Amino acid sequence: MSQSPILKISGLTARVADEDIEILKGVDLELGEGEIHAIMGPNGSGKSTLAKVIAGHPGYEATGGQVLFRGEDVLEMEPDERSQAGIFLAFQYPVEIPGVSIANFLRTALEARLDGDEELDLFDFQDLLLERMEMLDMDPSFAERPVNDGFSGGEKKRNEILQMAVLQPLLAVMDETDSGLDIDALRVVANGVNTLRKEHPEMTVLLITHYQRLLNYIRPDYVHVMVDGRIVRSGGPEVALELEEQGYADWKDKEQEAAAV
Amino acid sequence: MPQNEVIEGLGLDEYKYGFVDEEQHVFRTRPGLDEEIVRQISAQKEEPEWMLEFRLKALKIYESKPMPTWGGDLSELEDTLDQIYFYVRPSERMGTSWDEVPENIKRTYERLGIPEAEQKVLAGLGAQYESEMVYHSLKEEWEAQGVIFDSIEDGLRKHPELFRKYFATVVPPGDNKFAALNSAVWSGGSFVYIPPGVELDTPLQAYFRVNQERMGQFERTLIIADENSRAHYIEGCTAPVYSTESFHSGVIEIVVLPGAHFRYTTIQNWSNNMYNLVTQRALVHRGAAMEWLDGNLGSKLTMKYPSCYLVGEGAHGSILSIAYAGDGQHQDTGGKVVHAAPNTSSTIVSKSISKGHGRSSYRGLCKVYEGAVNSRSNVECDALLINETSRTDTYPYIEIEEKRASVGHEATVSKVGDEQLFYLMSRGMSEEEAMALIVRGFIEPIAKELPLEYAVELNKLIELEMEGSVG
Repeated sequence: MSQSPILKISGLTARVADEDIEILKGVDLELGEGEIHAIMGPNGSGKSTLAKVIAGHPGYEATGGQVLFRGEDVLEMEPDERSQAGIFLAFQYPVEIPGVSIANFLRTALEARLDGDEELDLFDFQDLLLERMEMLDMDPSFAERPVNDGFSGGEKKRNEILQMAVLQPLLAVMDETDSGLDIDALRVVANGVNTLRKEHPEMTVLLITHYQRLLNYIRPDYVHVMVDGRIVRSGGPEVALELEEQGYADWKDKEQEAAAV
Repeated sequence: MPQNEVIEGLGLDEYKYGFVDEEQHVFRTRPGLDEEIVRQISAQKEEPEWMLEFRLKALKIYESKPMPTWGGDLSELEDTLDQIYFYVRPSERMGTSWDEVPENIKRTYERLGIPEAEQKVLAGLGAQYESEMVYHSLKEEWEAQGVIFDSIEDGLRKHPELFRKYFATVVPPGDNKFAALNSAVWSGGSFVYIPPGVELDTPLQAYFRVNQERMGQFERTLIIADENSRAHYIEGCTAPVYSTESFHSGVIEIVVLPGAHFRYTTIQNWSNNMYNLVTQRALVHRGAAMEWLDGNLGSKLTMKYPSCYLVGEGAHGSILSIAYAGDGQHQDTGGKVVHAAPNTSSTIVSKSISKGHGRSSYRGLCKVYEGAVNSRSNVECDALLINETSRTDTYPYIEIEEKRASVGHEATVSKVGDEQLFYLMSRGMSEEEAMALIVRGFIEPIAKELPLEYAVELNKLIELEMEGSVG
C-alpha cells in the first residue's frame, strides 16, 4: 500500500452492548483506496460484528482499539455522521420501512447530506435515480415500492446495491450480501457492484462472507480469515481457495490449541 | 413586522369587517348551565319555538345522564363544565390577543410557514378574508346547482322544513350525554344540502364559510346528500388551533340518501388543554356510500368514533382514521359500523401514533343485525409506539346476530425499532429525520387519501413533533 490507508483498524475489541463477552478480540486491518478486501470466517467468528461496529450499530460497543477512516476516529461518530463521511453498510438483513417508497427514502438520505439552506432539486434527483436504476438494470417501478416491505431476499439485496449506487460511498462494507441468494440473484448483485466499481475505481470494498462463491464474481485483492474475533491469516485470492478446500476446521483447531496453551 | 403592530392592524380589521355595534352584538351567557341559559341562547338566535323546546328537552336528558366512565378520564371535566361559558357570540371570542397565544403554538405556525393572516385565524383572532373571493365564485356555481352550503343558523332560518325533517334524526339528544349537551346549547357549524344527482368536483370546505359564525365549542353540522349525488366536505386544519376554551363537543349528522356518495374529511389539532368529545354519524341508505376520513391531533382527551349506520341494502361505509397522541395526551378514537340491511359492507382502518407519555386507544364497534345477510366488515387497527413510555390499547366490540355475514378484525402494535433507526441513520439521516420518515410511512395509507395541502402540512407537522422525541 503506497498511500495511507482509507480504513485503518488497530487492536479493535468489541462486545454486544451490556454484555460481558468480547466478540472482537483485537482486530487489525488496513484497506487502501480502491482495493477490494474479503473477510471470510465461520459463523460466530465476529465478521458481521466487525461490519456493524464500523457502521456504528448501537447494539455493539467498541471497548478498545481504533477505527480510523481517512484519518478520523469513526468510533466517536454517530452512524449518520459515518454515512455522510462516506461509509456505507450493505445490510445482511435489510430492514422494512412500510409506507416509505425507495425513491422517497433515497431523497431523504440525499437531503440529509445537504447544508441547512441547500435544497435538493427534485428533477435532478429523479434523473439520478433513473440513471442509476438503468445502470443496474432495474425497472423504474422498483423505486415506487415501499422499502424492503414484502421483498424477496434477492430484491432486498438489490435495493442495497441501488442505495449504494445513489449514495456513492468511499467505502462499501458488504455484510454477507450473498447469504440467502440463489445463483442468479447473486450474479445480479455482483454485477451491480462490479459496474459501480468500474465507474468509481476509487471505491473501496470490504466483503464479509462465509462462502467462497461470491468471490468468483467479485474478485478480491486481499482475503483475510477471521476466527474467534481475530484475523488469523491474510493473503491474496488464493487464501479463499485454500479455505474452500480445507474448510475452517483447521483454523478452529489451531485457535483452540492456542487458547489451551 | 413586530407583533404589536400586527395586533394593532388586526384590531382595525375587526372593526372594518363589521363587529361594530358592541351594544347590540356583544353577548355571552354567565358561566355554567341551566334552563335560563338555554332560553337565552335560543332567544339570541331568534329561533322558532320547536327548537327552544328541543333544546330544553335535551338539557333534561343531559342532566339526567351520568358522566361516562367507559372511555377516557373525564373526572376533572365536571369542574370545567361549571366554569365555562356555554354561549359566547363570535365577535366576543375574537377578543383574545396575540400575546395570549402560547409561544410553542406561534413557533409551530412559523415553522409550518403559515402566512401571518392565517396564523391569526387559527389562533382565533380573526377571520379569513382572502378566501372570500374564491368562496363567492364557488358559491355561485354551487347555488346554480341548488346546493345549500350555509351556517347551521342560516340553515334553520332559511330552510326550515328541510332542516326540521332531518335535524337530530341521526344523532338524537338521548344518544349520549354529550350529544344531549350539544343539542341543548349548539351554536355554529354547517348546513349542507346536495340535490339529487348533483356531483361536485370541488370539495365544500368549512374554511370558506368562516366570516359567518365560526365553528364553535358546540358546533352542530347537518348534511343531507340527496339521491345519487356525490360530494366531499372538508373541515378543520392540521395546524394547531389555539382556543382559550377547554371543551369542545360537536355533533355531526349526515344523511346519505339512496345511491349517493359522500365523503367527510376532518383534521383537528387542538391545543393540549382541550377536551374534545364529538359525535359524528352517518345514516347510509340503499346503495349509498359514506366515507369518514378523520385525523385527530392534539387535545388533552379526544373521544370520537365516526359511525356509519348502514340502513339500506347494499350500503357501504368506510372509516379511515389517524390519531396522534403526544406527551400527556389521550386519543380515544376509532369507529362504529352498524349493518342493518342485507349486502352491506364496511371497512375501518385506524392508525395511531403515541409519543412520550401519550396514549392512544382504538375503540370500535361492529354490529350486524339479524337479517343483514351477506354483510361484510373488515377492521384493521395499527398502533405505533415511539417511546418506551408510550401506550396503546385496543377495545374492539363485535356483535353479530346474523350467521350469514363475515367480519374480520386485525390489530397490530409496532414500536419504532432500533434496527429501523440504525438502518436509516446508516444512510445519513439524523435520528429525528429517521423517526419522522418511519412515522410518515406508517400513516401513508391514510395520508394519501387526504387533499394534497393537508397531507403536506401533516408531514411537516410530524417532523416538528418528532423533534425531541429521541432519547
